[in-house]
Amino acid sequence: MSDADPTPVDALREAAADGVDFDGLTVARDADGFRFAVPDARYDGLSASELADAVDRHRPHVENWLFWHQHAPQRQAEWAFLRWVERADDLSVPERDARLRDADGITREWGQVAVTARAAEGGRRRYELRHVDDADADRSALTVHADPHEARRLRKTDDDGDYRPLSTAPTLPHGWVFVDLDPAAAVRAVDGLYPATVANWHREREGTLDVTHWHEAVSRQTGIYGVVETWDRGDGHDHVNWVAEACCDDSQCLKRREWEYDDETPLDVDGGDRRSPGSRPEADDNRTQSGDGGTGVFPCREPCSLVIAAARKWTRLEAEQSRTYEFDLTPSEKEQVEAIIDAVADGRAGEIRDADTGDDANRYRARYLRAKLFDDAGNLCGVPTDADE
Amino acid sequence: MSEALLVVAHGSHLNPRSSTPAQDHADAIRAAGAFAEVREAYWKEEPSFRNALRTVAADEVYVVPLFVSEGYFTEEVIPRELRLDFDVTDWGSDGTSADSVTLRPTDVDKTVHYCGPVGTHDAMTDVIVRRAETVTGDSAVGEGVGLAVVGHGTKRNENSAKAIQYHADRVRDRDRFAEVRALFMDEAPEVDDVTDHFESEDIVVVPLFVADGYHTQEDIPADMGIADDDGYAVPARLDGHDIWYAGAIGTEPLMADVILERAADAGADVDAEMRISRAPTAAADGD
Repeated sequence: MSDADPTPVDALREAAADGVDFDGLTVARDADGFRFAVPDARYDGLSASELADAVDRHRPHVENWLFWHQHAPQRQAEWAFLRWVERADDLSVPERDARLRDADGITREWGQVAVTARAAEGGRRRYELRHVDDADADRSALTVHADPHEARRLRKTDDDGDYRPLSTAPTLPHGWVFVDLDPAAAVRAVDGLYPATVANWHREREGTLDVTHWHEAVSRQTGIYGVVETWDRGDGHDHVNWVAEACCDDSQCLKRREWEYDDETPLDVDGGDRRSPGSRPEADDNRTQSGDGGTGVFPCREPCSLVIAAARKWTRLEAEQSRTYEFDLTPSEKEQVEAIIDAVADGRAGEIRDADTGDDANRYRARYLRAKLFDDAGNLCGVPTDADE
Repeated sequence: MSEALLVVAHGSHLNPRSSTPAQDHADAIRAAGAFAEVREAYWKEEPSFRNALRTVAADEVYVVPLFVSEGYFTEEVIPRELRLDFDVTDWGSDGTSADSVTLRPTDVDKTVHYCGPVGTHDAMTDVIVRRAETVTGDSAVGEGVGLAVVGHGTKRNENSAKAIQYHADRVRDRDRFAEVRALFMDEAPEVDDVTDHFESEDIVVVPLFVADGYHTQEDIPADMGIADDDGYAVPARLDGHDIWYAGAIGTEPLMADVILERAADAGADVDAEMRISRAPTAAADGD
């Protein structure tokens, strides 16, 4: 603690004039002296030196009060987030104190980020961030960061080095750790990995999350995205159900979708009973909950720019009328086409082993199908896309 | 009263380099201590413009668009998405003279000083000259050398070309380069015929784009005819000229200074000592 910081006793003595009531600690000053109480002890009429003794006896309570009022960021969203990290609403001060002092600290998961709080000198906290999958990894095996602003560069690529335009896609890279962050830096790093999630999570907790539903969001668009509004002119909102199922499922984005078609028309994407082959069971569990927009800890308050950009493409594609084509496929070929679509949609195509010709989406199987069924112009079964071609 | 700087930029769903200049300049400004709080927001990346102001702690926010010209983004998209009740006449601009306007966003209790884009600030002229120095490795570059300031240009927005012309005129007025021309990708005079516009053997080509991407790394080199399998050479020999192609000006470190100039012009308490790196060449030529 630097020289400029008041001792816990000095700080408490000063605050007692206005009264302290925080996390079970109450302190006041009246004509008889100081009153000091914690859940299992109470002292009245304390002199200044007796107050100092009480502070010594119940130091975790006093340091906890000092941390949250002196050292933690006082901005509501950041304060609330850091309280959430150490489960301040659930754990008593002595319980928290013990767990924060333990080497494991207290860890909570924020998307794919494990945020760990630990005790530091004078009741302060220090924070560590890792990918949840790296929670047990030896620190020496991870790339150590201390500057929280590096988080926003780190999130730009996945483990393969591919660009991640959506920060909350479940593809956060592994292999890094932010260490020894002070409270403000911890929030900054989290915000670098998942921008604006803390602010919107806090608004939601306060009941002030300003959700912008689909119809209002697309009505706002101009320029090249102005066309998306025209997609809403038909009957119903199936198209938005499909957008949400395509883009907002937990398998694609860790935000919890709170926007609906409009404020009177919830989306009803429940995925039906369709279970994609090869998808992980837990992914399907999430899918059954996607009517609630996913299971994420932080909310999504409006369709994002990726959704709007994709919707622009779909608006144009969906302006086409259906036609009847005739293709002759064996039953297995039909299922193979379905499996290939599933594999691409689930991001599984690259994982299928070269020699696994038992997998309907195997590359050799797809190449065989193309060799057999496509004509020289790439038409399936030689059927032209436009009949007059 | 606490103050924050919010740099707003386009960003990209496809090109990871698109947001690099905004991030780099924000880091430089933060490191210099010019603002205690420096944030970025993007049209195509996160935080989005819509979610940006709520991530800022300060009560006073200086919003500086990292855009080249006044137009659709600065006049319509950014104010709308930041929930500012902005009217383009508030700026009273002739297309290159937007300064700043003070507004109250509807979703947060803050004061926003909405600034004109960096691209039309007078200090950008210094950055263009600096870029010419950097790409040629000659801090005195100018004599006998032609300079092409290249913009996208678009018939949809006359201000797009105005910003390019404005700085080309200002560089020309310094009498430093033998010839100065404004050239464009999508309108005349076109960058395709770059050598037709210059008599000087050495031609420095500075594209006024914020980030390196398809336009600056592929389109313009291909249009000029200097593209090869590895990108382009610097200098590249073309029709008896040496073309010194500088790449996107937005990546020039001195751009951070233009961002600060914008905020300072709008009233931000930016310590002159804290500014990044006033160009010594700019001071020398008296601008």
